Amino acid sequence: MSNLFNWEPDRSKYPTVKDNGELDVDLSSHKFTKLWVGPNHPGITGNMAVEITISGDEIVQAKTHVGYLHRGFEKLIERRLFIQGFPTCIRMCVAEPDYNEYILSKAIEDLSGIEIPEMAEWLRTLALEMARLQSLLRTVPGQGGTFSLGLGVQWGMYLRDLILDRFEELTGARIYHMYILPGGVRGLLPDGFKARMEENLKLIDQFVINIKKLMFDNVIFKKRAIGVGVIKKEWVDQFGIVGPNARAVGISRDIRKDYPYLKYQELDFEPPTAKDGDIFARSTVRYQELIQTVDLIRQIMAKMPEKGDIKSPTPNVLHWKIAKGETYIRSESSRGEYGMYYVTDGSDKPRRINLRGPSYNHAMSLLEHMLINANISDVHAIMVSLQTCPPEIER
Amino acid sequence: MKDLLERLNTKYSLTDIEYQRDNLVFLTIRKENTIDLVTHLRDYEGFTHFVLLSCVDWIEDGKFQLTYFLNQPERKYDIVVRTMIDRDNAEMVSAHHLWRQITTYQRELREMYGINFPGSPGVDENFILEGWDEIPPMRREFDTKKYSEDTFFPREGRKTHDPASYMKEKLYPTEPTTAKVNKTDE
Repeated sequence: MSNLFNWEPDRSKYPTVKDNGELDVDLSSHKFTKLWVGPNHPGITGNMAVEITISGDEIVQAKTHVGYLHRGFEKLIERRLFIQGFPTCIRMCVAEPDYNEYILSKAIEDLSGIEIPEMAEWLRTLALEMARLQSLLRTVPGQGGTFSLGLGVQWGMYLRDLILDRFEELTGARIYHMYILPGGVRGLLPDGFKARMEENLKLIDQFVINIKKLMFDNVIFKKRAIGVGVIKKEWVDQFGIVGPNARAVGISRDIRKDYPYLKYQELDFEPPTAKDGDIFARSTVRYQELIQTVDLIRQIMAKMPEKGDIKSPTPNVLHWKIAKGETYIRSESSRGEYGMYYVTDGSDKPRRINLRGPSYNHAMSLLEHMLINANISDVHAIMVSLQTCPPEIER
Repeated sequence: MKDLLERLNTKYSLTDIEYQRDNLVFLTIRKENTIDLVTHLRDYEGFTHFVLLSCVDWIEDGKFQLTYFLNQPERKYDIVVRTMIDRDNAEMVSAHHLWRQITTYQRELREMYGINFPGSPGVDENFILEGWDEIPPMRREFDTKKYSEDTFFPREGRKTHDPASYMKEKLYPTEPTTAKVNKTDE
C-alpha cells in the first residue's frame, strides 16, 4: 500500500533537496526564476494564478493560488431560505450552472422525501446533457487554442451560442437558467423545439468531422499533445481524479453509469476511455464524449413523452422547513464528479452546504504535481486539459 | 454493506449508524479512532476514492462535526465518517498522509473554521483570504452582513431589501406589504 501511495516527484535532476526537506531554490544564484502565470493572463483558465519557479524552460516548483473570485457562496446560502439558494448556487460554476441546480434540488428533495414526475426527470436529463454539450463545444476546440489553433475555438463558440439559443427558449436565460427547481422543472419544451435542436445537432455533426481534421489529424497538435502532461493510473485515487481525466488513463468511472440517476438507465451509452493519460488522450475522450452527447440528446428527444406533469407539489417556499438530516448528491458534469453535501437542522435554512467540484483536486494538488519537470510552454495546455474551473475551488 | 458495518462496529465501537440511502451510510465515531477507521477503510475495505472533507458548525453544542466522505469504487457505495471535536481550540489529527488532496481540505478548514491540523503541510498558509484579522468566516457566529457594513462604505443610490418581506411582496403583491426598504444614500 505504501508503494501505491508514493507521490514524490522526480527530483533526480534539480534542484537539490536540503536536509530539512525544503528545495534548495536560491533565486540570487541566477539559476532559477520565479514567474506568475495569471491571474491576468489569456492562457489561464479563469481567475487563478500559478506561481512557478523555472530553471531554463523547465518548471521545478509550482503552486496554485486561488481567492481572486471568492464570494462566500456557501456561507450566503446558509443564511437564506432553501429556495433563495438557487440564484447563488448556480454561480458556483459558470461553465455548467445546470449541475448546481440539479444537485441542490435533488438534495432538498432527498431530505424532504419528494419524488418528481417522469416528465420532469426527462427534461432534467435533457437540460444536463445540453449543458454538457455547450461545455464540450468550448473545451474540445479550446485545447487546440492553447497551441494557438484558434479556428476551432471560433467554430465551437458559434455552435455553443446556438445551444444557448435553445436554452434561452427553454428557460428564458442563456447562462444562468434556474430551470431545475425542487419538485421538478419550470416548463415544458416550447413548440418546435425538437426540430430546431435537430438542426443545431446536424451542424455539430459536421463540426465533429471538421474538428477531427483540424485538430486530431494535425501533426503540430499531435506533437504538442502526445506524451505531454501524463497522468499515471495510480494517481487517480491518490489525487481524487475523476471524469474524463480518469477515463483517459483507462479507468471507466462515470456517475451516470455507476450511480444511475434521472433517466440515464434508459439511455444507451458507454463512457469512452483512452489509455495513455496524456493531453491527447484527454482531448480524445472529450471529443468522443461530444459525439456521444449529441447522440444522447437525440435519444432523449426520441424517448421522452410529449406531455406530462413537470412539478410535484412542494411546501410554501417561504415557510419550508426540513427536518434534521444530511445527504450527499452527485452527478457527472463534463469535468467529472460534481457533488453536494447538504445538512439541514430542522429550520427554514440549510445548516451547511459544501460543493465538491472536480477542480478542487485537479487544479490544486494534481496540477502542482504535474507541472514539476514540465516545459514552461506546456503550462496552459496541461491546465486546460484538466478542464479546471476556479470558482468551484473557492465557492 | 451490513456485514462491513457489523465488522466495523465490533472493532471501532461506532456511536451512530444512519442509512440515508442503500449505498450511502453515515457513521459517527470518537475523535481518537477516526483516522484509524479511515485508514482501515482505505487499506482493507477498498475505499480508495476520497470524495470530500467537510465541517459542520454545531455552535449550540459547542462542537464542530468533521465529515470524511469515502467511496468504494468497485462496490459503488459510500461511507461517511463523522466525528465531533470541541469548538474551543479546535484541533484534529491530520490525514494528509492518506490522500494527496486532503492537504488542501485541511488548509481550507484551518482558514475558514480555525481548526488546526498539526503537521499538515502548509496548513497555516493563506488559502483564499489574505490579511484576514477577523474570526474564521465560516463559523456560525461570523455575521457577514455586519462585516460588510463595517468594512465597506454604502454605495450611493443603492437600495437594500429585507429578503423575506421583499419576496413576499413580489409573490403576493395584493397582500398588504411589510417590505422594508433602506435607502443607503439618504
